[in-house]
Amino acid sequence: MSILIDSITKSFGEETVFEDFSAQLPDRGCVCFFGPSGSGKTTLFNILAGIVAPDSGTVAFTAGTKVSFAFQEDRLLPWVSAAENVEQVLFCEGARSQALHWLGRVGMAEAADKLPGELSGGMRQRVALARALAYGGDVLLLDEPFRGIDARMKERVFDLLEGEKKDRLIVLVTHYPEEALRLADTIRVISGPPVRITDTINIPDHKRRDPVFTGSVLARLGASPSSVCEE
Amino acid sequence: MMRSITSRDDRFRNVLRKALIAAIWLLLWYALYAVVGQEILFVSPVRMFTRLFELAGQGAFWVSTLASLFRIVLGFLLAVALGVAVAVLATVSAFVHDLFYPVIRVIRATPVASFIILALIWLSEGTVPVFTAFLMVFPIVWENVFKGIQNTSRKLLDMAKVFRFTRVQKLKRIYIPSVMPYFVAACNIGIGLAWKAGIAAEVLGIPKNSIGKELYSAKIYLETPDVFAWTAVVILLSFALEKGFLQLLRKAGQKYNAGD
Repeated sequence: MSILIDSITKSFGEETVFEDFSAQLPDRGCVCFFGPSGSGKTTLFNILAGIVAPDSGTVAFTAGTKVSFAFQEDRLLPWVSAAENVEQVLFCEGARSQALHWLGRVGMAEAADKLPGELSGGMRQRVALARALAYGGDVLLLDEPFRGIDARMKERVFDLLEGEKKDRLIVLVTHYPEEALRLADTIRVISGPPVRITDTINIPDHKRRDPVFTGSVLARLGASPSSVCEE
Repeated sequence: MMRSITSRDDRFRNVLRKALIAAIWLLLWYALYAVVGQEILFVSPVRMFTRLFELAGQGAFWVSTLASLFRIVLGFLLAVALGVAVAVLATVSAFVHDLFYPVIRVIRATPVASFIILALIWLSEGTVPVFTAFLMVFPIVWENVFKGIQNTSRKLLDMAKVFRFTRVQKLKRIYIPSVMPYFVAACNIGIGLAWKAGIAAEVLGIPKNSIGKELYSAKIYLETPDVFAWTAVVILLSFALEKGFLQLLRKAGQKYNAGD
């Protein structure tokens, strides 16, 4: 187990986001938390990333676990170029060439010297993704990472992440079923707050493109009371 | 950069426009002078500029001007340094914030003249303009820089935490760029205020070698052309200070944006 969430509780004022919530996350592969916005997924990520501490309960990591995060908003430094944004998280020699490598992997090589303000929302999102990937780490948190990215580019990013999940854990938050189906090995359907796991769906790789199977998964996601998203 | 877009024709028209506006105001000034008809009350632009040139030919003019400039810039710089320092401390400690907050409110509400008169009781007349300039600028810098630090994006700071930014990185890449616009605005307002309040302090304190003293004696001897000429010096230096300071900040900004 790379992450063990043990009966955490977290409230913000009146609102209880977590109440005695527990979950286990594997070492590698992709776990998707599927549910509507406002159900507490962002708080879950903030807790996993160590930005927010739970009121009680623990999140136990294997010692030395490094957590990387692609936020829902890009959170790029507006005053430095795309490449420098990626460089900031690299504390090694040759940060520039590494940054360019990762920007290239998300199809952003040409925009390396542009400021975030000169890029479209989807492009900024890809720079943020490149930053999260460049940082590396054992756990990669992706909070709605594909917003504003066009279909062709999305496919490229999926391929990239498919490779990445082989040797690390990707935790994905989305409310688009097809994104979950494409990447996740396990889908945890959640509702809340307070956050509850209402369904767990395992997706074996050989069934990922099986229309009968995916149809049934989509039905389960669609049937879950939390799926009130419109697309 | 922006200017290169406009064609030469446009630039020429722009200069012409400005010249026309200047000419209208100078003419009005001259007309007012003609109506008043007494140089002891009102001076023509021609007279003012010739007097200014006469004064500029004398060594004493430059000694007074530079001495005033030195005092006020010194007060300004002290206020900037202390203002930033206290703003940082107030961010770290709520007690420091609450301690300084009423002081700053009181300073802001007190008329400059009261401070000058009090300062004249306490300090030597040469120090009063420094002190006055300091008091004008300190609250502005403090308040703005504090606000700038407070408004630094929580989300960027969280991002920095996730990616384990070093302290230097956080300062250089997040805090300083976030606070910079507030700091520049404070300095821009502050330098003009410091200059004007500092000159007022000099008029009341009449320290040796100062623009204030020159203004004061010109008034005593009813040398109205000198009052006009020295006022012109104050105005010109006020413009120059604001422009010069902005230029300096822009240069500093470029340098640090260029990277490590």
